[in-house]
Amino acid sequence: MAGDAKTMNLRLHVWRQTSVKDEGRFEEYAAKGVSPGMSFLEMLDVVNEELITTGKQPLAFDHDCREGICGACGVMINGNAHGPQGATTTCQLHMRSFSDGDELWIEPWRARAFPVLRDLMVDRSAFDRIIAAGGYASVRTGSARDANEILIPKQNADSAMDAAACIGCAACVAACPNASAALFTAAKVTHLAELPQGQPERMRRVVRMVDQMDIEGFGHCTNHRECEAACPKQISVAVIAQMNRDYLRAKLIAPADNENAGSGG
Amino acid sequence: MPRVLLLHQTSLGKKAIVAVTGVVMFGFLTGHMLGNLQVFRGPEALNHYAALLKATAPLLWGTRIVVLTSVIAHIYFSMMLAAQSGDARPTPYAKRENNTANLASMSMRLSGPTLGLFIVYHLLHLTLGFSPTGVHSETDVYANVMSSFSIWWLAAIYIVAQLMLGLHLFHGAWSFFQTLGLNHPRYNALRRYFAAGITLLIVGGNILIPSVILSGYRTQAQLDAETPAAPADDAPVEARNIVVE
Ligand code: HEM
Ligand code: FES
Repeated sequence: MAGDAKTMNLRLHVWRQTSVKDEGRFEEYAAKGVSPGMSFLEMLDVVNEELITTGKQPLAFDHDCREGICGACGVMINGNAHGPQGATTTCQLHMRSFSDGDELWIEPWRARAFPVLRDLMVDRSAFDRIIAAGGYASVRTGSARDANEILIPKQNADSAMDAAACIGCAACVAACPNASAALFTAAKVTHLAELPQGQPERMRRVVRMVDQMDIEGFGHCTNHRECEAACPKQISVAVIAQMNRDYLRAKLIAPADNENAGSGG
Repeated sequence: MPRVLLLHQTSLGKKAIVAVTGVVMFGFLTGHMLGNLQVFRGPEALNHYAALLKATAPLLWGTRIVVLTSVIAHIYFSMMLAAQSGDARPTPYAKRENNTANLASMSMRLSGPTLGLFIVYHLLHLTLGFSPTGVHSETDVYANVMSSFSIWWLAAIYIVAQLMLGLHLFHGAWSFFQTLGLNHPRYNALRRYFAAGITLLIVGGNILIPSVILSGYRTQAQLDAETPAAPADDAPVEARNIVVE
């Protein structure tokens, strides 16, 4: 590609932190000869190569699939979760989104519930605990059921799939002025609540997951909708409204024992 | 214990209380604004309306208790939630950009407490009668209002408070739908229009009062009241009989 021949030089301010206990600080690096076709993570790889050859500690950042589906990557770039481009994970963000001479501030997700492990890596196990609290549907094991044995209206299948697109990257928490995990939790609540298999545990699921969300120390949702704008999978805040409705139903209307009832076993 | 009384234990429950009490205050504000506009129908209309409100003690005190409880619960739980969010991000970002948050949504924690202060001032001024004008009448509400809002800075306090209210209502009237789970793909887009409409109505109606009075403009009903027209009964007997055939 013609445009890709031109390389750029950037100035990076990167958050460095040696461990959870370290206070952390910004350090400045030059990213030289960056091709516009590189992904953001490849640009960091280039910076790291130079750091390693000069005997310095490379920048630590999370990544796995590098194709926008695993949710491992994610940093704040100039105040935007996953950078300036909408509906894009950091690994899928290309350097053509920036221009020669740009100055970039690169920070880890910041939330009490996500302690910084090192540099740009945070511990997101708070999300795992929210899932463990109720983000599953109990099923009897045995031989596989026939396809389409359970009929699901297309509308429900679609909205369940939209919510299930969540890759758990935590950009929603990172972008939220309150560091709230409402969008993540709501996506996980909703994708099961929309399906027949999710019904038996629907009420106790939402209560347990919301309780866990509070226990982890996230903030509360004030409906700024920053999460929706940051979400690489464009999950709508409509799922938050649905979670709120289910939660109030579980707390006020549903039979009380539903909150603690056993699974469908 | 009724389960509704356990709602406050979680963030979603607290938020639901903030939303419901907010809606109660919304209802009150709408009625209060419409009532206040009686001032433009002249002293008799406003004073009659005021007397009507105070005539039935259970109604008066029932409303007062519901609204006051709502205000207190709203403030208490919104502060607790704000504290929870304040703790949720101990290290701030060096850079953060907003993409969808607006002035109204970002200023809730400023517009809210400002309204709290204004409510106290407003009650002291026009309900309890500690008026900067030095005079206050229990029955002549019209005179209290007219003399107060002829003072520019007093009118200005009310106008500024209404602008803050506008910020609070514009976000609040959209936000409570989300908080209470009132969403439907067909009607979601309307929620913003509803918020803008009700805000414009309440704030616009309220702002009219101090600003029109301060400007010196008087409606015909007000002018009539200031120079009372001779009642028909006082007319000369001959004049009254003139149409009789
Ligand atoms: C004039 C009367 C008031 C009305 C009609 C009103 C209405 C509302 C409404 C409808 C909401 C949205 C709730 C939601 O998001 O679901 C709200 C939120 C809020 N209100 Fe008020 N409010 C009033 C006074 C106050 C006062 C006096 C305070 C003082 C602290 C306050 C503080 C807040 C805060 C901080 C929020 C945001 C809560 C959150 O999102 O966590 N409000 N208000
Ligand atoms: S590395 Fe898997 S989504 Fe970015």
